[in-house]
Amino acid sequence: MIAYIVRRTLYAIPILIGVNLLTFVLFFVVNTPDDMARIQLGVRRVTAEAIEKWKAERGYDKPKFFNDQAQGTARLTDTIFYEKSVRLFVFDFGNADDGRSIRHEILTRMWPSLALQLPVFVLGLIAYVSFALLMAFFRGTYLDFGGVVLCVAMMSISGLFYIIGGQYLFAKVWQLVPISGYSGGLDAGKFLALPVAIGLVAGIGSGARWYRTVFLEEMSKDYVRTARAKGLAETAVMFHHVLKNGMIPILTGVVVVIPTLFMGALIMESFFGIPGLGSYTIDAIQAQDFSVVRSMVFLGSLLYILGLLMTDISYTLVDPRVRFT
Amino acid sequence: MIPVVLRTDALLWLLVAAVAAYIVHVRRSPHLLVPWRRVTRSASGMSALIVFLVFIGIGLLDSIHFRPALETEDEKGATVYAVEAISVLDAIASPLRAHRERTYSAPLATRAYAKETIEIAEPGGRTRQVREFPRLIWGGAHLESEDDAAADISVRAVAGLAGALVAWCAFAWTLTTWRARAAGRTLKEEWRAIWRAETETPWWSILLTSGALLAVACVTLALCTHYHVLGTEKVGQDVLYLVLKSIRTGLVIGTVTTLVLLPFAITLGIMAGYFRGWVDDIVQYIYTTVSSIPSVLLIAAAVLLMQVYIDQHPELFPTTAQRADLRLLFLCIILGLTSWTGLARLLRGEALKLRELEYIQAAQAFGVRDRQVIARHILPNVMHIVLISLVMEFSGLVLAEAVLSYVGVGVDPTMISFGTMINAARLEMSREPIVWWILAAAFVFMFALVLSANLFADAVRDAFDPRVKVGGLARA
Repeated sequence: MIAYIVRRTLYAIPILIGVNLLTFVLFFVVNTPDDMARIQLGVRRVTAEAIEKWKAERGYDKPKFFNDQAQGTARLTDTIFYEKSVRLFVFDFGNADDGRSIRHEILTRMWPSLALQLPVFVLGLIAYVSFALLMAFFRGTYLDFGGVVLCVAMMSISGLFYIIGGQYLFAKVWQLVPISGYSGGLDAGKFLALPVAIGLVAGIGSGARWYRTVFLEEMSKDYVRTARAKGLAETAVMFHHVLKNGMIPILTGVVVVIPTLFMGALIMESFFGIPGLGSYTIDAIQAQDFSVVRSMVFLGSLLYILGLLMTDISYTLVDPRVRFT
Repeated sequence: MIPVVLRTDALLWLLVAAVAAYIVHVRRSPHLLVPWRRVTRSASGMSALIVFLVFIGIGLLDSIHFRPALETEDEKGATVYAVEAISVLDAIASPLRAHRERTYSAPLATRAYAKETIEIAEPGGRTRQVREFPRLIWGGAHLESEDDAAADISVRAVAGLAGALVAWCAFAWTLTTWRARAAGRTLKEEWRAIWRAETETPWWSILLTSGALLAVACVTLALCTHYHVLGTEKVGQDVLYLVLKSIRTGLVIGTVTTLVLLPFAITLGIMAGYFRGWVDDIVQYIYTTVSSIPSVLLIAAAVLLMQVYIDQHPELFPTTAQRADLRLLFLCIILGLTSWTGLARLLRGEALKLRELEYIQAAQAFGVRDRQVIARHILPNVMHIVLISLVMEFSGLVLAEAVLSYVGVGVDPTMISFGTMINAARLEMSREPIVWWILAAAFVFMFALVLSANLFADAVRDAFDPRVKVGGLARA
């Protein structure tokens, strides 16, 4: 088991290197630091000195890959690539354009993000699976048909409308919850109730519909027919056989997102003013803060790869047929 | 007038040509005709197709651009053309475009949304200033008294409905006669068969959907020349015009993106599955790397970089329309480059399965070259997967545009799209009384577009997915 995990982890390293190279090419080769400086400093008629100063402040004035003015290993380390990309591997994200440490920001902002995303994830999983089981149990009836129609209709609505509508109704008209904002501790519940509810409702269409197809596919298999043939009640078939076996395809889709819960929900956080990583990212995109965007790209892919690793491990736990090889 | 071909126009029409070629191909190949016949038997699928075709029609009308001739002539007597290119849709909807108010007004209103200071001339040559809701410049301007507005609107709406009824009857009669002749029945028998859902194609659902569409269209048409049916937005533009223009943006994003994604997904996916070994390793590595980057961030990064490029090279984009168009095309390319991984993974799996089948092994044993095996034996047998995921992808892309525009990495701010509309309207939610009509209009049109695409995609999937037939798994 440990050997398997180690091997899978080693496999993740080339992918991270690939992500790193790709972002480096996007941010420093396709567009030079000079271009970035110009867009940051705003005006077209910006002086060359201002650009040089901007670059020096951020360490973008070094050579890209190879510094022939330095000595020894500094030839490789005193470069943009080393300073900005290789350092990401040890979680040294550097500073944002406003001078604050990105690492510190990430460490403080990941908790509000998690506080929003974790309930959405857990409650969502329970709600979608139960709804899907209900539809699969009553398959072919009007209840199932109505459920599917509802799902398709709900997934055809842009998430923005759920947020705008929910915010308007619950926060403005009925004034049940604050419109936006956040505070730590127990008070957070009051701020998080609406975003969590909206997150649940917005995802139910695609979620429940997908789980329904998973269950229906499971139900068409031979072992279900055997279970029915030996006289098991339909409820026993559903909960003991279909639900258990359906967990395998469900795990593929679900486990991989667990680590990325830390990344937060982009739109939701920015609408509700939750100081998480999602709103941090949006602010960085809108302020064109490249160092933050770069760090978030790296962090996001790291968490995704962690999710893939967890998926592989979870398979071996739920499916005895899968062996680590 | 001088025709202008924008890049996205060309790609959109290229796609139309490709779809037309595909239809011709399907009509000639019986094995493809069978699943498509199944699609035409789905009532919800056909209703959705009708609605979707209306959207496509509007989008295509908006994709023929030209520079209209101005009425003035230059000193040599030659005609002068407008700098700005307009589309056929703009030309058709020119009353909507021309009827600009000063600012917000509610749907079908005769007065503006906000109070203004108005000077009223009093007897004796003096003027008095009052704060009140000013009359609109165009909305209901033909009325002598505003009290007639309700009556006038009802008369026009009824006239529109009557027109719709006439048009619908004509359509229903033509359809029934055509079907009756084909089936060798009398008109009456055919009519009864249609409404009892005894015909193979669910003509009843097509008739119902087209009836509803005609009613909406005709009432809108009857009202839109003298009123703002969906109100006006901040700078007084008719919201109906904005939503009509948004359709094209949504269509371009949903379709052109798939054009970008296809070559990557098909070549890499099939190669990985067919050749296995190191090719498979490399392809898997590429798509894991690409999909591990959060797609919004990758898109954001790429769009920011394109923004820098556009700012650096203003000389390449003489007009704002061209700049907006190029930005739209670039957005499609970026979306395509980030979303090919899902389909590639599916195709890899399918190719892995297919290459073990006997007919492929036989072809290999006969010494058929790999390229030929892929083109002749693998590709046609994975096309149903490609088709299903393309139609499924469409609605997701239309929805993604709205979110990306909100984040600020979507289409050009000057381009009319659902995303930019929602974004602008969102800020007005806090006004009292609330400006609801812009969001409502964007919601209804976007919902109709995405829902029809989703329902049609479902019908296509049910008809093409071989798993659906197994074990009585037919749709409820």
